[in-house]
Amino acid sequence: MPSTQLDFSERDLERFREVQQLAYRCAEETAAWLEPGVTERQAAAELRRRLVAGGVEDFFHVPFAWFGDRTAFRGFRVPFQFFPSNRVLREGMAFVLDCAPIIDGYTADIGYGGRVGENRIWDRLCADLREYRELILRLVREGHALDEIYKQVDALIARHGFDNRHQVYPGRVIGHQVTRQHAIGPKGVTLFGFGIRTLQTLGRELISERLHGRSPLWADKHASAHAPTPGLWAVEPHIGFRDVGIKYEELLVVTGDPGNPAYWLDDDLPHVRRWQAMEVA
Amino acid sequence: MSTAEPGRTEVSWIVESAGARLAVYEHGDPGNETVLLVHGYPDTHSVWDGVAALLAESFHVVTYDVRGAGRSSAPRASRDYRLDLLAADLFAVADAVCPDEPVHVVAHDWGSIQSWEAVTDPGAERRIASFTSISGPCLDHVGHQVRQRLSRPTPRNLGKLVSQLLHSWYILLFQLPLLAPAVWRLWLARRWASVLERVEGVPPTAGHPAPTLRSDAVRGIALYRANMLGRVGRGPRERSTGIPVQLIQPSGDHYVTEALTEGVERWAPRLWRRTVQAGHWVPLTHPEAVARMATEFIRHIGGEPASRTVRRARVGVRRAPFADHLVVVTGAGSGIGRETALTFAEAGAEVVASDIDKGAARRTAELVEVLGSRGYGYGLDVTDESAVRDFAGEVAARHGVPDIVVNNAGIGHGGPFMATTTKDWHRVLDVNLWGVIHGCRAFGERMVERAEGGYIVNVASMAAYLPTRDLPAYATSKAAVYMLSDCLRAELDGHAIGVSTICPGVVSTNITRTATFAGVGEAEQGRKRDRATGLYARRNYTPRRVAAEIVRAVQRGKPIVPVTPEAKVTYLLSRVSPATLRAAAKLEVS
Repeated sequence: MPSTQLDFSERDLERFREVQQLAYRCAEETAAWLEPGVTERQAAAELRRRLVAGGVEDFFHVPFAWFGDRTAFRGFRVPFQFFPSNRVLREGMAFVLDCAPIIDGYTADIGYGGRVGENRIWDRLCADLREYRELILRLVREGHALDEIYKQVDALIARHGFDNRHQVYPGRVIGHQVTRQHAIGPKGVTLFGFGIRTLQTLGRELISERLHGRSPLWADKHASAHAPTPGLWAVEPHIGFRDVGIKYEELLVVTGDPGNPAYWLDDDLPHVRRWQAMEVA
Repeated sequence: MSTAEPGRTEVSWIVESAGARLAVYEHGDPGNETVLLVHGYPDTHSVWDGVAALLAESFHVVTYDVRGAGRSSAPRASRDYRLDLLAADLFAVADAVCPDEPVHVVAHDWGSIQSWEAVTDPGAERRIASFTSISGPCLDHVGHQVRQRLSRPTPRNLGKLVSQLLHSWYILLFQLPLLAPAVWRLWLARRWASVLERVEGVPPTAGHPAPTLRSDAVRGIALYRANMLGRVGRGPRERSTGIPVQLIQPSGDHYVTEALTEGVERWAPRLWRRTVQAGHWVPLTHPEAVARMATEFIRHIGGEPASRTVRRARVGVRRAPFADHLVVVTGAGSGIGRETALTFAEAGAEVVASDIDKGAARRTAELVEVLGSRGYGYGLDVTDESAVRDFAGEVAARHGVPDIVVNNAGIGHGGPFMATTTKDWHRVLDVNLWGVIHGCRAFGERMVERAEGGYIVNVASMAAYLPTRDLPAYATSKAAVYMLSDCLRAELDGHAIGVSTICPGVVSTNITRTATFAGVGEAEQGRKRDRATGLYARRNYTPRRVAAEIVRAVQRGKPIVPVTPEAKVTYLLSRVSPATLRAAAKLEVS
């Protein structure tokens, strides 16, 4: 049963943070390895190879890689289009790497955007993405309902002149809850891109939360008309402009403690460091 | 060779050249760059009076009466009017008034024909820095062109030949003995002023037609007799030039058609080509436009960055469809306006984005820059006439006269007529109708004055032709915009300014989030707004698709554009069965 308090210890949070760090490090390394001519499949395989080498046992979902206009999910009609394709990376293209490694049940779910060579649209999106991270944290801390936050994010997207790309994800989600996985079955086996242990956990969560009139998925629907429940939320605002998309994804800690209701699990992440560098420049 | 004549104030110099004495007139500071203006037939230097006065503000302007005209002497034999002699005259004048620097030549009609002869003379670049040619082709080029068309007698080529022949009837008449001189002597010279006024819309001025018209016109016939058959008919020569040439084609020229200068870039590779919305006597009817075009060109040749219109005129440069175009969009802070600004930017246009929300307009301008074009954001309340006028003035001064204006700013308003207050009516009409009127007037005037064409897009709505009990004020305002655009299109057609009416239909934009509803309380307002926004969002027709239609409408000159399928179907119904729409209007939708 979901509690009104965070039921992770400092030790647990530290483990989550380590997995998230590992995921981002592998994404950064893979990004540095990318060069024109590489396909999405090769990029996703490289990301997976590095994660496994780093000790990852299972995946919440398989690693994804999107290049060019696929970073903005242009022309996506069916979920199978999310899977890595034979799209070839070219000079000036944007890319997104997305992975969700699990070690000892501790799950990370990250998204890493980048570009090869010059891309002014990507630079603008990257700079503006910062506002979403600040807005979401502020609204969660103020206790707004998830669907309300979603709409405010939409309003910011409209003000910016971008479009909402997370609405293309199944269920239009901008985020979802993450728990420590305790499931049975073989590790590393996936169904429709999700680990079968993930599907068990997710299914259990969906049912138990629905009994409480809540959802572990964060969208703009009625099921999200509640403040976030204490726990870990993988938040993934994904914005696009023309044929370029960018996202970040990272864990938000919702504490249930009115003194400090929420905070990002880790601020030492590539996108945050990018913004800090921009500020200095 | 030359002597100053202090006794006659208006003639500055008499220049002797190849047996003729030429009357030369100077304006402006001789320390400035020299612009030499060469007149045509049957004019004198006075055809340039208006242009010369304007150019004299920044140039040393020189005009002269060509041999046989005005105060210059008139050799008797036709052979004394051969092009090589006329070209020698031009060089002689240039040498006299500006011996050390090459001059900029601006020439009209026969003046342009003889200037081509000078410009294509080997070594001419030492004496001529640039050439602006108005309505007077190189006869050798025409000769080559005629031969080429005859050698490939496709219907298109023959059609162009016949068309130009029909425009050149007088040239054939001029070849006949006696007839043309007799007509000038006995009748036409006396009636010329009124013929010009009636046929060409040229009002008589102090110096034009010149008092010497009768003799100018009769002697000038020699120009045709000495040159036409030889150059066009028998043996055209290869005449090329490296001098930069600006061709100005008057759109309504009854004598010299655009087809005559087709393919000129083969002989003049440094070529700029532009059209002025005027008749043949453009130096008289549009002196400001001629002076502006000449100045822009001369300045650019002198090393200044090219103005947008000069860049656009450059021949032989591959460019995006709207590169070197300036587009103004109102209501560009969101929705269809913002997407229209961005879509034009993607097609290469510079964009001025205005919105009542200045921050939103600036954001649009930033996005324009992100797309690799140049954007400028302005705050503007389109209901404020003087603000719109000031805005148009500021845009013209800082960025130039726009080529395309999109009057897009609009607000939504729903609710029955009986619940719609006078205040509601004023608000809706002020933005949706008056905003468009102010925009069309402030920018339309400038486009007409510039005389280089343009385009106005008015964003109306499917509600313009779809009656409904739910949107009386909104639909009325949009129907008015629709009719206004139809009337304006007719008026501006003669100025080559197109007008499109866009009727979008149900499109997911900000308009539903800011719409108001008559006869309901605050809470209900919000509920209705949310419901409308939800409905429009589910319809999921994006403003970007509307913007693409707007750009296409401008490219193809489409008068009326219903955009979404529902807008198209109801447009058709409004034509074939308006009674159906009237019946449907009774249904309560919201």
